[in-house]
Amino acid sequence: MTTVSPLTSKVAIRTENVCRHYAMGESLIRAVDGISISIPSAEFVALLGTSGSGKSSLLNLIAGLDRPTSGAVLVEGNNLAALSREALARHRLRTVGMVFQSFNLIPSMTVIENVELPLRFAEVDRSQRDSLAREALERVGLSRRLDHRPSELSGGEQQRTALARALINRPKLLLADEPTGNLDSHTGTEIMNLIREFNESLGMTVVMVTHERALAEQYAQRLIFLADGKLVDDQPNVVAAGAPSQGGRA
Amino acid sequence: MKAYDLAELAVRNLRESVLRNSLTTVGISVGVASLVAMLSLGIGLQQMATRRLVRSGLFDTVVVTSRRDLRNFNRNDDAGGLDPAQSPVLDEPSRQKIEQLPNVVEAYPDLRFITSFTFEDKPHLTMAAGVPFSYKTNDAFEGIQGSFFSSDMASEVILQKTFAAELLGKTQKPGTEETPVAELAKPLVGKEMTMRYQEKIDVPPASDVNGSAPSESAEAATTYSIQSHELKLRIVGVTDLDPDSMRGPVRARILLPLKLLQSLHVMQPTGMRDTTQATSKTPTYSTVSVRVKNPGKIQLVEDSIKKMGFNTFSILDATRSVRRFFTVLDLFLGIFGSLALAVASIGIVNTLVMAILERRREIGIMKAIGASDIDVKKLFFAEAGVMGALGGALGVALGWTIGRVINLGTNVYLRSQDLAPEQIWFVPWWLVGSAIAFAIVVSLLSGLYPAARAARLDPVQALRYE
Ligand SMILES: Nc1ncnc2c1ncn2[C@@H]1O[C@H](COP(=O)(O)OP(=O)(O)OP(=O)(O)O)[C@@H](O)[C@H]1O
Ligand SMILES: [Mg+2]
Repeated sequence: MTTVSPLTSKVAIRTENVCRHYAMGESLIRAVDGISISIPSAEFVALLGTSGSGKSSLLNLIAGLDRPTSGAVLVEGNNLAALSREALARHRLRTVGMVFQSFNLIPSMTVIENVELPLRFAEVDRSQRDSLAREALERVGLSRRLDHRPSELSGGEQQRTALARALINRPKLLLADEPTGNLDSHTGTEIMNLIREFNESLGMTVVMVTHERALAEQYAQRLIFLADGKLVDDQPNVVAAGAPSQGGRA
Repeated sequence: MKAYDLAELAVRNLRESVLRNSLTTVGISVGVASLVAMLSLGIGLQQMATRRLVRSGLFDTVVVTSRRDLRNFNRNDDAGGLDPAQSPVLDEPSRQKIEQLPNVVEAYPDLRFITSFTFEDKPHLTMAAGVPFSYKTNDAFEGIQGSFFSSDMASEVILQKTFAAELLGKTQKPGTEETPVAELAKPLVGKEMTMRYQEKIDVPPASDVNGSAPSESAEAATTYSIQSHELKLRIVGVTDLDPDSMRGPVRARILLPLKLLQSLHVMQPTGMRDTTQATSKTPTYSTVSVRVKNPGKIQLVEDSIKKMGFNTFSILDATRSVRRFFTVLDLFLGIFGSLALAVASIGIVNTLVMAILERRREIGIMKAIGASDIDVKKLFFAEAGVMGALGGALGVALGWTIGRVINLGTNVYLRSQDLAPEQIWFVPWWLVGSAIAFAIVVSLLSGLYPAARAARLDPVQALRYE
């Protein structure tokens, strides 16, 4: 890992003074309020902040699940604000993989069906879907209980399933909204190690929302702090940079 | 999304809340069933009415006469185009020519005359007529007691019910019950009766064939002699055919095989006129009845016969107005039948809107992992379509069963009233197909609003709360 890939200098995500406001009767809620950041390809970024600071709102804008009230969000060179609803769906399908705190698996589908669902939207042949799904599940360390429904699985297994689903279309971006929020610390560490592995071996750009500073410092290369929808601090992670394999800090 | 995936996901989703979706599907099938039952009743009634009309012979028969006969009524009035004198004679070759016209089933001469029949030494003067042998397979003699003629030339007769009653001295008195045909037939069938008739024998004139244009004098010069004969005939059947029917042959009280009658050269009431073509060995006829393949072709056949120079007469396509009546009836029945389907379609809207509320989160997830608005819309459409197709198929089966039961019920009733069974209900294949298609279309229309609503769902809102 001595050579620096030229790709790392390429910008994966850039926001320019992006705002997401909600009108609540008389008052205006500024969930995201004029944030400008630039994230190079293959970087692992943690979004930190107190509850209600706008972390999820910003992540949804990058994911193309939501549109900004003003400003621009550029992902892989595309201005998401200018895309049609169709094109935005394609962006979510091809460019972005998402995982959530509450896993968000479809309860009526088995593990393998959940994982191959994005392939149905991508119109991949049935014959290929199964092997692709098994491959992705193997990558996240899940090879048993593939025909079980999510409710029959542990939290860690469910999050592994969600990770496999996020990977299946080989996206450039992995967006994670408190991926360990519902897991015990041991299982959380396993999931975080998987995410780091995707970042390092697949070269995926990772943006992870968390309110645990320790977790961010352990895995991320860069920490971005939000408060009241504004960017308050943006710093490289000096802790992790010095000692990448150090154990969890209290 | 691919069509197969769409269908698979739709069926899977429908199975998730199986009770609610089955109830909705049953709702659709009841709607389709009522539509099918109503329409098949309309179609069945129409077929029954048409069948009756066709059986009456009123609408598939053209009566042909020669224009020459007009001369005898209006000697000086030749306004009707062709000079009657120039028009062709209605003889055997013309009959054959007419029979060869397209859409013509057969053309037969009307042979009828009044003569004396002796039965058990009592003479009866009545109208006799020849019946073509083709009537054996035709439904005109459906209700016959005994049998039809055994052959074209058999010395056999079929009696009209009223004449049979007269022979037995059982003439119906006003206000009394009619004697059933079977009771009249029993003592008569197999018995013999004697017909007296006059044979016309042409006598060829003494070889002066110089008069090229036939003239009044030539006609007068024609000679023939008349000979009296007697013929023994066996009664084979009694029928209650309506003597006023348009079918020429049955408008008589005694019916004989047509071929037999032709061979007898019976002197007919019009015989004096038919002798215009002197020396002719081929018989000429006063009228020829033409049976047409179906009532819709009457006009065509009539036109081509007129072109040959004959007069024609028919009751013009009354089935057309019958058809119009039934179109209106079918429309009304269809509207009533559709009401239930309209109610069912509200059920579909309700079920799908409920499904959206329940599956809010699921829709949010699908959008988050890349489903487009169109994917979500198609998915809800597919669910509506599957319910429609299932409901349609089930409904047709149910409607068919209902019609079947109605049919059985009416026939049990008809039989108890000593009437022939009728099929008052009929489900044609096109109705099966279009009922299912209609159910699918109605379901898809019902799915329009829910599908659009699901597609527009904001994924951020949908995923926000547990
Ligand atoms: N649809 C909405 N309507 C009104 N206000 C909203 C809406 N969505 C978010 N907000 C508000 O925007 C602000 C930011 O919300 P967001 O979910 O981004 O916070 P967060 O940083 O992710 O918090 P948490 O750590 O609790 O998840 C909050 O004050 C929230 O109430
Ligand atoms: Mg959040």
